[in-house]
Amino acid sequence: MDFAPSFALIAPELLLTGAGLALLMVAAWGGDKAARFVAIAAAAALFGAGFMLVPGLHFGTDGPETIAFGGLMRVDSFALFAKALIYLAAIACLMIAPAFFNSAAAGQERGLRSEYPVLILFAALGMNIMVSAADFMTLYLGLELNSLASYVLAAILRRDTRSAEAGLKYFVLGALASGILLYGMSLLYGFTGGTDFATVRAGLTGELAIGALLGLIFVLAGLAFKIAAVPFHMWTPDVYEGAPTPVTMFFATAPKVAAVALTARVVFEVFGAQVTAWQQIVMFTALASIIFGALGAIGQENLKRLLAYSSINNVGFILLGLAVANEAGASAMLVYLFIYVAMSLGGFTALLMLRSEEGELFETFGDIRGLSVTQPAIAWCLLLFMFSLAGIPPLLGFYSKFVVFQATVEAGLIAFGAIAIAASVIGAFYYIKFVKVMFFDEPADVVKGSSGTAHWVLLFLTAAIISPLGYLLTPSLTDLADKAAAALFLAV
Amino acid sequence: MDGFPILTTMMLVPLVGAILCLFIGGAAARGVALAATLATFALGVLLWVNYDIGGAQWQFTERAELFEGFSYALGIDGIALMLIMLSVFLMPICILASWTSITKRVGEYMSAFLFMEVLMIGVFAAQDLFLFYIFFEAGLIPMYLIIGVWGGDNRIYASYKFFLYTLLGSVLMLIAMFWMVGEAGTSDIPTLMQYDFPAGAQFWLFLAFFASFAVKMPMWPVHTWLPDAHVQAPTAGSVILAGVLLKLGGYGFIRFSLPMFPEASGELAWLIFALSMVAVVYTSLVALVQQDMKKLIAYSSVAHMALVTAGLFAFNVQGLEGAMMIMLGHGLVSGALFLCVGVIYDRLHTREIDRYGGLSINMPYYALFFLLFIMASVGLPGTSNFIGEFLALAGIYQTSTWVAFVCTTGIILGAAYMLYLYRRVAFGAQTNEDAAAMPDISAREWAMMAPIAAAVLWMGVYPESFLAPMRADIAALDARIASAAPADDSQLADGPARTEAANAIAHQGGEH
Repeated sequence: MDFAPSFALIAPELLLTGAGLALLMVAAWGGDKAARFVAIAAAAALFGAGFMLVPGLHFGTDGPETIAFGGLMRVDSFALFAKALIYLAAIACLMIAPAFFNSAAAGQERGLRSEYPVLILFAALGMNIMVSAADFMTLYLGLELNSLASYVLAAILRRDTRSAEAGLKYFVLGALASGILLYGMSLLYGFTGGTDFATVRAGLTGELAIGALLGLIFVLAGLAFKIAAVPFHMWTPDVYEGAPTPVTMFFATAPKVAAVALTARVVFEVFGAQVTAWQQIVMFTALASIIFGALGAIGQENLKRLLAYSSINNVGFILLGLAVANEAGASAMLVYLFIYVAMSLGGFTALLMLRSEEGELFETFGDIRGLSVTQPAIAWCLLLFMFSLAGIPPLLGFYSKFVVFQATVEAGLIAFGAIAIAASVIGAFYYIKFVKVMFFDEPADVVKGSSGTAHWVLLFLTAAIISPLGYLLTPSLTDLADKAAAALFLAV
Repeated sequence: MDGFPILTTMMLVPLVGAILCLFIGGAAARGVALAATLATFALGVLLWVNYDIGGAQWQFTERAELFEGFSYALGIDGIALMLIMLSVFLMPICILASWTSITKRVGEYMSAFLFMEVLMIGVFAAQDLFLFYIFFEAGLIPMYLIIGVWGGDNRIYASYKFFLYTLLGSVLMLIAMFWMVGEAGTSDIPTLMQYDFPAGAQFWLFLAFFASFAVKMPMWPVHTWLPDAHVQAPTAGSVILAGVLLKLGGYGFIRFSLPMFPEASGELAWLIFALSMVAVVYTSLVALVQQDMKKLIAYSSVAHMALVTAGLFAFNVQGLEGAMMIMLGHGLVSGALFLCVGVIYDRLHTREIDRYGGLSINMPYYALFFLLFIMASVGLPGTSNFIGEFLALAGIYQTSTWVAFVCTTGIILGAAYMLYLYRRVAFGAQTNEDAAAMPDISAREWAMMAPIAAAVLWMGVYPESFLAPMRADIAALDARIASAAPADDSQLADGPARTEAANAIAHQGGEH
């Protein structure tokens, strides 16, 4: 077997693997003094890997020539789109990390540790493998590589009890979810006789055996845990609140993209012949995520916890695109993912800029009272992000809901769409609370710390993307998403 | 004017002003805002002058495929022209009204108003369904801030209520829009206005749009956000809310509900009539017992808007023209009444009616203007509202005598609460010393009041200027909806022709 074309297809992964291993050595011998170099090198590696995606993204790749290693991986436009988003999110999380870890916000363990960039790199690599998996074995490999790196990242502030607790919770519940997923996969293997997507799909045509159905449900449940969709969302608020904020930002963006993309691939490629079986599960999960994500957020005082619920809510809308079960829905889902990543990066960056003079991080509503008077630039950007998350035009967050609901209605799921959009109003309630606290209340005047250039650049960049200017991006974004969705359906 | 994108320019001028105000702040922002709104008004005058009455239905059209899923398409007909004129006319006055009363965060305040102006022009000029929705909904953001930051004591409750009420009303409309665009294959409003949707679907589409416009209008029983929002908003915010934002509901009915779903409109006219009748009587009675001036005017707005909805669904030319004239007249008059309240509120910082009295003694010019606007609101002949109310009631009468009867009681009740308000504020003994010591209106306040007064009289004396641009559009709309008109109960029928004059006295020749 000639592996040259396969290696060519996974060049970005090879680059990331090489960079990750080399930087691990640098980290091992250089210690934390080398942390800054490691971070920059990791970002460069991600950027380089991202650069390799450009031709494929631009021209679109699909069909048999995207299959690598005899059906273990599929590197089509769909995978490339997800990878590009993952790299961007990972680079952003590397950009803002040093300022956080080098300040008082990191508590007793001041100083960026050189493991952080390496772990981000390995997590990104795991996600890469997830999104281009074409076999349950590859899928599990990628998922676990990502998860293991994520568990450590959540607990990276070892002496901070909240961080350690978050890491432990994430690990225990993540292991449980992996178990569920594995069990589902083994059931499917038992009923179809294969682990690669094509074989399983072929074995799932016609009447669905009860065991195979159970397998399908277990697989979806395991994946729902990874994307933090209701009813498998309970870990999210705790982990998001406990993990250091740059790590939370990472969790809210890149792994979400990877897990959603993976879920899309599994439902279309593996369960494509059993649409009715999974569609109602996804519809239920989507609606439940929208409603419970919104309701759960209402009473929250902690901003990170609130954004955790907000991410659950957004996952609901993303799954709405998936529930449509056609190409337009998949394309809408990808557009939503892009805009969601931009909004989340911006929102968490703004939270990272809420620091005291000593550099400690604020994270409750009480601390941002009257922020518009004391820190107008941050407050106005947060206002844009919040209205955008609430889906109020003319911000780009509206466009993400626009495409998803358009796909839903055009597929004939009108009542479903109507309920979901009405539930989105509940979400608006807590998003505008942000604005109320920052703009209407008397200033608490505690946010006094200054932030580095990296934060400002990221903040203004994401704010510009989600501002009405972002609508000018929509033609090219839709073009890319359409190509990706077409590749996904061609693979079916 | 060929090729010059005047509508885009009209939106760009306040947009640039808004961004500028955000950064400069303070007193300079006031100047920038005034200059930007006056420039926009000048462009608006240019627009009106160049509008070709009897020409193409859609003029000043612009189109650019900038976005995916919808296009940047602008263009106006006579109806949109008049509403744009109303917006750009009221805007400089709003800036003047906030000149001294707003002292904190002036730059952001002016910026919010200028953004508001961009969105209002956009919403009336949009020719793409989704572009319309974007402008329509985006207004929530600046208005939420205006009420919440610069409002009264209970501003947070009012701002939440305003935001969530209107958002919930609108989202279902979006779902309906997706369905329509999927069905018709285009999001172009002029095309959709001639598209015949299946009658069964029209019913649901109508209800979805109705949910949004009824809240914006606002119609009874979803009007409760309005008194709260009005009372808590700063003066200029109330002016914009009453003057322009309430017109979005009426504009929505005339632009979308009626021409796009004529059958459903005819079928459901009874619902509109019923809600309008309740609103006219109920809110007028509520207005009668208010102690708060702004609340009183807010309730009177609901009553006037009910007359608009009844006129729109009368399915005839008089009703439609009357409804449009009430909207324009009410935009001026209720805006002016809120300004009148603002003038004395700035002096005494209370809206309670009992704290005033006998103002015609120490503030004669103020009392004069106030009287004119009160009379206009009552619908006195010679003022703007008379034209609209007369036409609308004439139109309603042709469709339903009972609805016309009930709506007319609203006019009488309107006279009652308005004159009662005026008596308590301007006439009587000067029991409150501080109120008696208030100075008469300043030059700035003259500059706010006089143009509105002139416009009110102009519209009352020579309404043809305002009716002429809309005539062809309303005739086209009437032709579109005529076949779906509900059965009328007036039974107007031509009797046998008389052979002699009706007042002829039988002449028995030669008996004298």
